[in-house]
Amino acid sequence: MTGRIWPLAGGSAVALILLILSFGSLGAVAWRAEGWGGLGPADWAAVRFTLTQAMVSAVLSVALAVPVARALARRCFPGRGLLITLLGAPFILPTLVAVMGLLAVFGRNGVISAILGWFGLPPLQIYGFVGVVLAHVFFNLPLATRLLLQGWLAIPSEHFRLAAALGFSRRDVFRHLEAPMLREMMPGALLVIFLLCLTSFAVALTLGGGPRATTVELAIYQAFRFDFDLSKAALLALVQFGLCALAAALALGVALPPGFGAGLDRPVIRHDMGRAPGLALWDGVMIGLAAAFLLLPLGMIVLRGLPLVAGLPAPVWMAAGRSVAVALASVLLCIGFALALGLAIERAGGVVSRGLEVVGMVSLAASPLVIGTGLFILTFPLVDPARLALPVTALVNAAMALPFALRAILPALRQAEASQGRLADHLGLTGWTRLRLVILPRLRRPLGFAAGLAGALSMGDLGVIVLFAEREGATLPLQLYRLMGAYRSDDAAGAAVLLLGLSLLIFWAFDRGGRAHAAT
Amino acid sequence: MRYPVLISAALLAPAMATADTPTLTVYTYDSFVSDWGPGPAVREAFEAICDCRLEMVGTGDGAALLARLQLEGARSPADVVLGLDTNLTARAAESGLFAPHGIAAEFDLPVAWEDDLFLPFDWGYFAFVHDRERLPEPPGSFAELIDSDLSIAIQDPRSSTPGLGLLMWIKAAHGDDAPAIWEGLAPRVLTVTRGWSESYGLFTSGEVDMVLSYTTSPAYHLIAEGDASKAAAEFSEGHYMQVEVAGILESSDQQDLAREFLEFMLSDAFQEIIPTTNWMYPAVLPEDGLPDGFDTLMVPERALLFSADEAAAQRDAALAEWLAALSR
Amino acid sequence: MLQLDGVTIVQGDFRLEADLTLESGARVAVLGPSGAGKSTLLGAIAGFVPLSTGRVTLDGEDLSTLAPGARPLSILFQDNNLFPHLSAAQNVALGLRPSLRLTGTEQEKVDAALERVGLELLGGRRPAQLSGGQQSRVALARALLRRRPLLLLDEPFAALGPALKTEMLALVREILNETGAMLLMVTHDPEDARAIASQAIVVTEGEAARPAPLAALLDNPPDALASYLGRRRGAEPNAAHEGDDHSAG
Repeated sequence: MTGRIWPLAGGSAVALILLILSFGSLGAVAWRAEGWGGLGPADWAAVRFTLTQAMVSAVLSVALAVPVARALARRCFPGRGLLITLLGAPFILPTLVAVMGLLAVFGRNGVISAILGWFGLPPLQIYGFVGVVLAHVFFNLPLATRLLLQGWLAIPSEHFRLAAALGFSRRDVFRHLEAPMLREMMPGALLVIFLLCLTSFAVALTLGGGPRATTVELAIYQAFRFDFDLSKAALLALVQFGLCALAAALALGVALPPGFGAGLDRPVIRHDMGRAPGLALWDGVMIGLAAAFLLLPLGMIVLRGLPLVAGLPAPVWMAAGRSVAVALASVLLCIGFALALGLAIERAGGVVSRGLEVVGMVSLAASPLVIGTGLFILTFPLVDPARLALPVTALVNAAMALPFALRAILPALRQAEASQGRLADHLGLTGWTRLRLVILPRLRRPLGFAAGLAGALSMGDLGVIVLFAEREGATLPLQLYRLMGAYRSDDAAGAAVLLLGLSLLIFWAFDRGGRAHAAT
Repeated sequence: MRYPVLISAALLAPAMATADTPTLTVYTYDSFVSDWGPGPAVREAFEAICDCRLEMVGTGDGAALLARLQLEGARSPADVVLGLDTNLTARAAESGLFAPHGIAAEFDLPVAWEDDLFLPFDWGYFAFVHDRERLPEPPGSFAELIDSDLSIAIQDPRSSTPGLGLLMWIKAAHGDDAPAIWEGLAPRVLTVTRGWSESYGLFTSGEVDMVLSYTTSPAYHLIAEGDASKAAAEFSEGHYMQVEVAGILESSDQQDLAREFLEFMLSDAFQEIIPTTNWMYPAVLPEDGLPDGFDTLMVPERALLFSADEAAAQRDAALAEWLAALSR
Repeated sequence: MLQLDGVTIVQGDFRLEADLTLESGARVAVLGPSGAGKSTLLGAIAGFVPLSTGRVTLDGEDLSTLAPGARPLSILFQDNNLFPHLSAAQNVALGLRPSLRLTGTEQEKVDAALERVGLELLGGRRPAQLSGGQQSRVALARALLRRRPLLLLDEPFAALGPALKTEMLALVREILNETGAMLLMVTHDPEDARAIASQAIVVTEGEAARPAPLAALLDNPPDALASYLGRRRGAEPNAAHEGDDHSAG
């Protein structure tokens, strides 16, 4: 029985931390509030807009990801692995930088408008609902593609072989093999992206075009800083949780996507493609379009900023070092959390398992502003919050990346326990030895991916550090924001490239490391 | 691996602060303490004369600063708060957290200044900035802007200080006609951003023709970049001012040192730093005057400014009008 | 008549050559040590493994240019012969129409095929709800329905017990008798081979030999096959070989 107690204790501790971060902080904000007011019509308008844009963004991201993931799943070409890594870049990109890149392509003064101009056509008009959705698709198409690609690669190649032996047409393959997989994977992918778009904030504000594009998160911002109405901020955060819970409930019964980290480097051997040049062309076009849509904005950022990186002032480099340190701390925390929670979920079984899984997802629904404010209220009586800026940033970033890390390692963890658990029991392997000898070697790949994701997301996050005044020095995203705030757009462009490069490097290094030594 | 180091650093730091030299803690907005803001030079200049440590803590912008103080209440470790503007001082005064400064001073402001709790340290005019080459003949009033086919970027008053400034500008200039002005402006507004940085970025990358900023913004491009193409358009109805102030917290146990800091703040040593780091006008003109280049800036004929109480009274209605006009 | 005409298969270090002919209606066992390329040979005929040189023809028709599903053959793999999310009847029906949109007569054919393999009551079950033997019967029912002139068996019954395996081979024999199809069957077990085949192809050392009469081959195996079968050259063959009925060929 000792084999059960420790994982459960560890998992419960992590669950407690997560609950404090999300609901404890909300409770703290509510507790400081004086009196309770209701929500006005403007708040409900914000709720409506938030729901609509999140729904449209999620549906579009997932729908567009289907042909892209399918093309990537069945095509093999040089640079495929690199392309898949690069396609992930928008997801880990700081919003501020991404919006700069998007505008360089789709803006009134962007590449596409310039081309339209040669033909005497008016420039693109992306501000408003369209812009918000465009940016959200830009951020989340890579995630959706990865999720679905994982689904495609999870279809046993023997099924494709059997389908070929039976002379399936492409439509039959879709109907009998791909459609069931999509039915299984799509609700989960839709849910995750819907939640991400629900709590998005800066995108809507820059590209939304005006107060029509007010999201719930912006309404929280207003309640907090414009009206200093803590009760309303807490109430709105609660509404946001409610929306997320509702969305989760709607998607319930449908399994959440299993891990999306492992085994993306080899396409499934397919026998139904050989003699279809039209199909190859279609796949090529799909991959090309997705690559152009996702990589062009990044290219514009790099083009503008790369020559300026060498000339960046010393404080930017120091901030970069600090950010890397915070990102590494965040990786350690996130991996520790994910392992503790994952082992507990695997061991506990039943309702406890499901409960812990839900807790692992809860930070997706939390408002960063409310987390920051709540933590501030909670820690202020104990310690000067300014001294906690960097540790708190690492902690919150770890919690924010946890849902993805957990999703990545859970299936592999379950599989390892299912296939080798009995042998390990038989040999009396428990605790740390079991983890080290039996579980971890099987988890290298998803752990590497999860670590890369946690590190990269943490690199780009501006989040709570702005709320917690800092004394120990700025992180790179904050420094980038400060450069922009000090008119230094050239240095800001250079810093953006540095940030992009470091984020990708961290992701790549962990992801690659996980693969290089993977036991499976 | 760095994480335990960070934690121990965080735990050790307070112990070190209790050395024999007193420490003055100043809360300010983030860009003030940034490596490119006035913060580093101000600390050096003050520590040279005060025999103390000056600790400056940056937090978001002016509104976030006040929210933070309200959260901390009387237990705030801050001695001085620097960086509120006149749109926030009424709420700040109402919080009861501030002590009278008791300092008499002459200011070089376009308006008279009298306030027991807050002393101004710099000021500027809001204005729409444009590029002279792309837009040789900018509009000369809100009406002309409305009649043009220009695109502008402004900031959300709910999340940005200049954004709120524009709300007050139109209210002060047009009173009851403000809703009509906003309705006319709505098609000109390409987008509304969260903060000043995003809008200004849209302007420098050519997305918009004009951006809501300050009359002093062109000075940066002229002095730091040698670029004389940026200019602020003068509007005939006058320009709303932003006056940035500092105050002493009642809860501070360093009242004398805090007062010494406010006096230093009005001296040349501090005021000389402001124009080319904060890119605003100094509240008290230094002996050497303004740096070269500031003489090229547009100076409005009329300065507009609500008193703190008026601003507080107008705020909610002005926001509602703004929301109504731009939500169509 | 199945012809492998100057066929070479190259996969990395692995290389297999085959140049042989099988008569219509032949029942041929494919014997040889593990890793020699028995499955690869079947895979090449079925279109899953590309040929480096040569061609495969059936009754004069070149198969090399046909997609796997368009080739006039049915193949049963070692496993994964059924889709786990479709019912037994649906898995059988795939042999007629991959779209599963069946006409009335087609549905009757599916039912008849299920009945032929003794599963008329279990058509609604999914593979996971069927035993290993029943799963094999479903796959055979589909092969029966497809009525292709060539049947390839890549050890589909390897995981079944001896009695069940004998039962399956009997069923295969009946199907061959009904359809007149040619059989190519990979096996490790000489007894299985004797149960159904009259000829054998030995695959060793990078070469698939021309078919030889099975009995003679087993009674007097060449070196490589002998060591694989665990017998020395010239040793006494297994005296009691039951199922010695290769007369049906």
